[in-house]
Amino acid sequence: MLIFTWLNNQLLKMQWLYDLVQNFVEQVLGLSIQDRLGGSIHFFIYDVVKIFILLSVLIFTISYVQSFFPPERTKRILGGYKGITANIFGALLGTVTPFCSCSSIPLFIGFTSAGLPLGITFSFLISSPLVDLASIILIASIFNWKIAIAYVVVGLILAVIGGTIIGNAKLENHVESFVYSNAMVDMDQEALTVKERLDYAKEQVLNIVKRVWLYILIGVGIGAVIHNWIPENVISAVLGQDKWYSVLVATLVGVPMYADIFGTLPIAEALVYKGVGLGTALSFMMAVTALSLPSLIMLKTAVKIKLLAIFFAVVTLGIIIIGYTFNVFGYLLM
Amino acid sequence: MIIKILGTGCANCNKLEQNTRKAVDELGLAATVEKVQDLKAIARYGVMRIPALVIDEEIKVVGKVLKVEEIKALLK
Repeated sequence: MLIFTWLNNQLLKMQWLYDLVQNFVEQVLGLSIQDRLGGSIHFFIYDVVKIFILLSVLIFTISYVQSFFPPERTKRILGGYKGITANIFGALLGTVTPFCSCSSIPLFIGFTSAGLPLGITFSFLISSPLVDLASIILIASIFNWKIAIAYVVVGLILAVIGGTIIGNAKLENHVESFVYSNAMVDMDQEALTVKERLDYAKEQVLNIVKRVWLYILIGVGIGAVIHNWIPENVISAVLGQDKWYSVLVATLVGVPMYADIFGTLPIAEALVYKGVGLGTALSFMMAVTALSLPSLIMLKTAVKIKLLAIFFAVVTLGIIIIGYTFNVFGYLLM
Repeated sequence: MIIKILGTGCANCNKLEQNTRKAVDELGLAATVEKVQDLKAIARYGVMRIPALVIDEEIKVVGKVLKVEEIKALLK
């Protein structure tokens, strides 16, 4: 147990880095981390370095695993299940299938024209940006393991229930007709060598870091400002635990925003530090990552407005419910 | 020879297009390189990952940015 705690603190929470940056701020810059300026500089450097290290290591490892689950294979696996089991597999595979938002429409079209029911495709589409393997470890690093596991579980439940609702609504005729009329090519399953998988993993790290570094800097920057410059009573006036509308506000503010989960986590971290309810912070995080204007616009090319609206409503409502649930029971996890 | 790059305009799609043009130039091939950005047209090929490289209507590679040398090997 002692070894696990030590590993957890040093490798995951990076206590060594925290101390190192603290020394830097205090000895080199001559500031105290109790002060505003010193504190925000410390928050910024520590979080940026920590997130980049974790991100690189995680994406490398995860991409290696993911190279075994290309979407073509996922499609075949999902084709073999029915009913809620298929939704659950859809949600689970959403967490491991490599998938950048620019591929979401070809993927949607591929799944749908292969005859997968809409509900299963949507379970996949909901869980995929919301719960990926990297986010689990990052949440464990920033908060703790209990919160990370709870986040994954509710994220998957949201994906399964959301997909089931959409599936039961019989909306197949609300998909643009061109989606159904495609010849499906089944690319030969390339058997990759270990070296090819390692190369793939390395490329993924470079690609993703290139794509998200700015979001991370902005996210940590906002986190640092919230952490040290905005008085607690201002934040609690809008997002405080005792305000019934806090989750609603956090969700509605988060929905139009678009950022990677890695950029959003530091903001959630700073909010919780300032006394915002865990559920409120999680709602914000989920709203930012699961729903974004660019991806909705892309999805609009393949589905009709009614289906899009239902998707949007189901996910938003789910996020709000999750937020309130965490605010009520969150104390069990802290 | 007609080479098509399927992609909606993401960074990786543009990179694949650049690499392909470079490979064609370096080999001195008389090939046209075309970019397919329309989703319906992309969907007709049935690919689930972009960018994809199509040579004479045959899908060669999906979801991967090939290096110039790798494209040259496909073109030969």
